[in-house]
Amino acid sequence: MISNIHSPDPLLERAPQLILDAVTGSLHEPWRWLANGVISIVMILAVFGGLFAALTLAERKILGRVQNRPGPNRTGPFGLLQPIADGIKTMTKEDIVPRDADQLLHLLAPVTLLASAFMAFAVIPFGRHLVALDLDSSVLYFFAVGATTELAIFMAGWASHNKYSLLAAMRALAQLISYELPLLMSWLPVVMLSGTLSATGIVAAQAGWKHGWMPSWHIFTPWGFAGFVVFMVAALAESNRSPFDLPEAESELIAGHLTEYSGCKYVLFFMAEYFGMTALSGMAVTLFLGGWHAPLPALEFIPSYAWFGMKLVALLLGFIWIRATFPRMRIDQLTRFSWKFLVPLALINVGTAAFWFLSAGWSGPMQAVRWALAAILVVLPFVLMGRRLSAGLAPRTYRYAT
Amino acid sequence: MMTAALIGILLLTLAAGAVAMSLRNLIHSVLLLIVCWLGIATFYLWAGAEFLAFSQLLVYVGAVSMVVLFAILLTRRSRIDVAVAPDSASRALWALVAGFAVLGVLAYGMLNAKLPVSTSPVPSVSVRDLGAQLAGTHSAALLVIGLILTVALLGGVVIAASGRADIMEEKGK
Amino acid sequence: MSLGALQLCLLFSSALFCVGLAGALSRSNSILVLLGIELMLNAANINFVAFWRYGPQPAPATGILFVIFSVAVAASEAAVGLALVISIYRQQRSIRLQEATRLKG
Repeated sequence: MISNIHSPDPLLERAPQLILDAVTGSLHEPWRWLANGVISIVMILAVFGGLFAALTLAERKILGRVQNRPGPNRTGPFGLLQPIADGIKTMTKEDIVPRDADQLLHLLAPVTLLASAFMAFAVIPFGRHLVALDLDSSVLYFFAVGATTELAIFMAGWASHNKYSLLAAMRALAQLISYELPLLMSWLPVVMLSGTLSATGIVAAQAGWKHGWMPSWHIFTPWGFAGFVVFMVAALAESNRSPFDLPEAESELIAGHLTEYSGCKYVLFFMAEYFGMTALSGMAVTLFLGGWHAPLPALEFIPSYAWFGMKLVALLLGFIWIRATFPRMRIDQLTRFSWKFLVPLALINVGTAAFWFLSAGWSGPMQAVRWALAAILVVLPFVLMGRRLSAGLAPRTYRYAT
Repeated sequence: MMTAALIGILLLTLAAGAVAMSLRNLIHSVLLLIVCWLGIATFYLWAGAEFLAFSQLLVYVGAVSMVVLFAILLTRRSRIDVAVAPDSASRALWALVAGFAVLGVLAYGMLNAKLPVSTSPVPSVSVRDLGAQLAGTHSAALLVIGLILTVALLGGVVIAASGRADIMEEKGK
Repeated sequence: MSLGALQLCLLFSSALFCVGLAGALSRSNSILVLLGIELMLNAANINFVAFWRYGPQPAPATGILFVIFSVAVAASEAAVGLALVISIYRQQRSIRLQEATRLKG
C-alpha cells in the first residue's frame, strides 16, 4: 500500500489505487490477488481498446489532412463514430477460409499475434503505482513475448495455402528478423547504465532533474539519443509501419500474408498491429523518455499516468506523421539499411554507453569533454556510414521541381 | 493445487513433445515442439528461474524455431507439401524400445536414490546477482561462449551459402 | 514412498529425454533428428534447474548459469546443424539421413 509520508501524493495520483482498494479491499487473500489481476487485465483491454479506436480515426483524419482531403467525416459529428461503424462492418462480414487451408493454424495465427501483443502491456509502468506485473526482468519479458510475432506471421502465411502468402510471410520474416537485432541492441545501453532489467527500476533511474531543470531522462544523453533513434526506427519496422510496411504493402503487393484473411480475423491482425505499435511506443517511453516522470519539477502536479499518456500519444502521432511523409522502401534497401547501418550504430552505441559509464566521475570542465567525446562517438559513425550507404543515391536532384 | 497445475503443464509438455516427434507434417511438428518449449519455460518460471524462462522464450520460440521453419521450407520436396515419407515401422519400434528402456533405467535410479532435498521456499535469484556472477567468476566462460556463438553463426552462414553458385548454374541451363 | 517434488521434476526431465531419444532414433528426416537432440538438451537443462531449485540454499546460481551457457550452445548447434542440412539438400536433393552416405568409405 502507498503510505509514503515524505511526499504525500495528490489525490488524482492515488485515484487508481484508491478505487482498486475500494473494489477489492474486502476480499480475502487469494481472491483479492485474483480480482486485482482480472481488474488490471480488463482495464488494459478497455483503455488500449479505446486508444486503438481513437488511433484508427486519428490516423485516417491526419493522413487525410496531410494529403489535402477531409478524411472520414460522414459518420456522426466530424466522423467521430467512424471506428464504431468500421467495427460493425468488419464483424458482420463473412469469414472466408480457403478450402485447402490449414483450418486450425489459420485461426490460431491472428489469435497468437493479438495475445502476444496484449501480453506485452503487462510489464509497462503506466504511472507511479500502475504496473500490472512488476517482474525483475520485465524488459526481457517484453521482448521475449514480442518474439512470438514472427511465429504468428509464419503461421498465417503457411496456413493460407497460397504461395504468394507464403512468399510474403518469408519476406516479412526476413524484415522482422533483421530489425529484431537493432531493436534488442538499442536498449542494451539503458540496461547497462541503469543496472536493472526491471521496467520500474529503469523508470526510477530516470527520476530527478540535473541543475534543477534538465530531466535526467536517458534521451538527454548522447548514447540515449542514439539509442532512442535506433529503437524507434526498428520499432517502425517491427510493427510493419510505413516506410517499412513491406509485409503488407496494400497499394503494391495485395496484402502479403494477410491475403487470405477476411472479416473478423483480418481485424484481429489489424488490431494486433496497432497494439504492437502502442506497446513498443510505451516501452520507448519507459526506456528513454523517463516513463511517467514529469519533464519539469513545476509540472509534477499533473498525475503521472497523464504524463505517460501524453508521451505515448506524442510518439503514436509521430508514427502517423512518418507514415504520411516517407515513401516505402524496397526489400533489399530495407534489409541493407538494418544490417549495414542500424546494427553497427547500435553496437557502437553500446561502446559509447560504456565510455559514459566509465567517465561518470569526471567533473568540472571534464564534464564538457565527456559530452563532446560521447557526441563525437555518436555522430561520427552516423555520418561516415550514412555517406557510404547513400553513395550514388543522395543527394537527389529534382530537375523539374523548383 | 499448485502442484496439480504444474503436473498438468508438465504432462501437456510431454504430450506435445511426443506428438511432435511422431507427426508426418514437419510444420505441425515444429509448432507442437514450440508448445513443448513453452511448457519448459513455464517450468523454469515455476522453479524461480525467471530470467532463464524468458531467455528460453526468446532463444527457442523466437530464434531457433524460425531457423528450423526456414530450413524446412528450403528443403521441402514439393512446393506445397512438407509431409515426410513414412519411416520404417521396425525402426520406430526399436526406437520406442530403446526410449522406454532408458526411461526405465533412469526412473529406477531416480526413485531409489536418496536425494538431499532442501525444504526452503522457492529460491530467488535477481538478475543483478546473475549478472555479477556471469561477469565475475564465470567471465572466462562468458567470453568463450560468445566466441563459440560468433564462430558457429559465421560457419553456419558460410556452409549454407556455399554451393549456391552450382544451383544458379543449374537453373541457367 | 511418496513422490517428492524433486523426483517429479527428474522424472519429467527423463521422460522428455526419452521422447527426444526415441524421436531421434526413429525418424529419418535429419531436421527431426536435430529437433530430437534439442529436446534431449532441454531435458538436461531441466535437471540443472531442478537440482538448483531443491539443492542446498542459499547457493550461487550455478545451475541457472550452466543452463544459460547450455542454451547458447544449443542455439549455435541448431544454426550449424540446419546449415549442414541445407547444404546436404543442395548436394543431394534429399535430407533423408540414410541417403547422406557420400563420405562413406
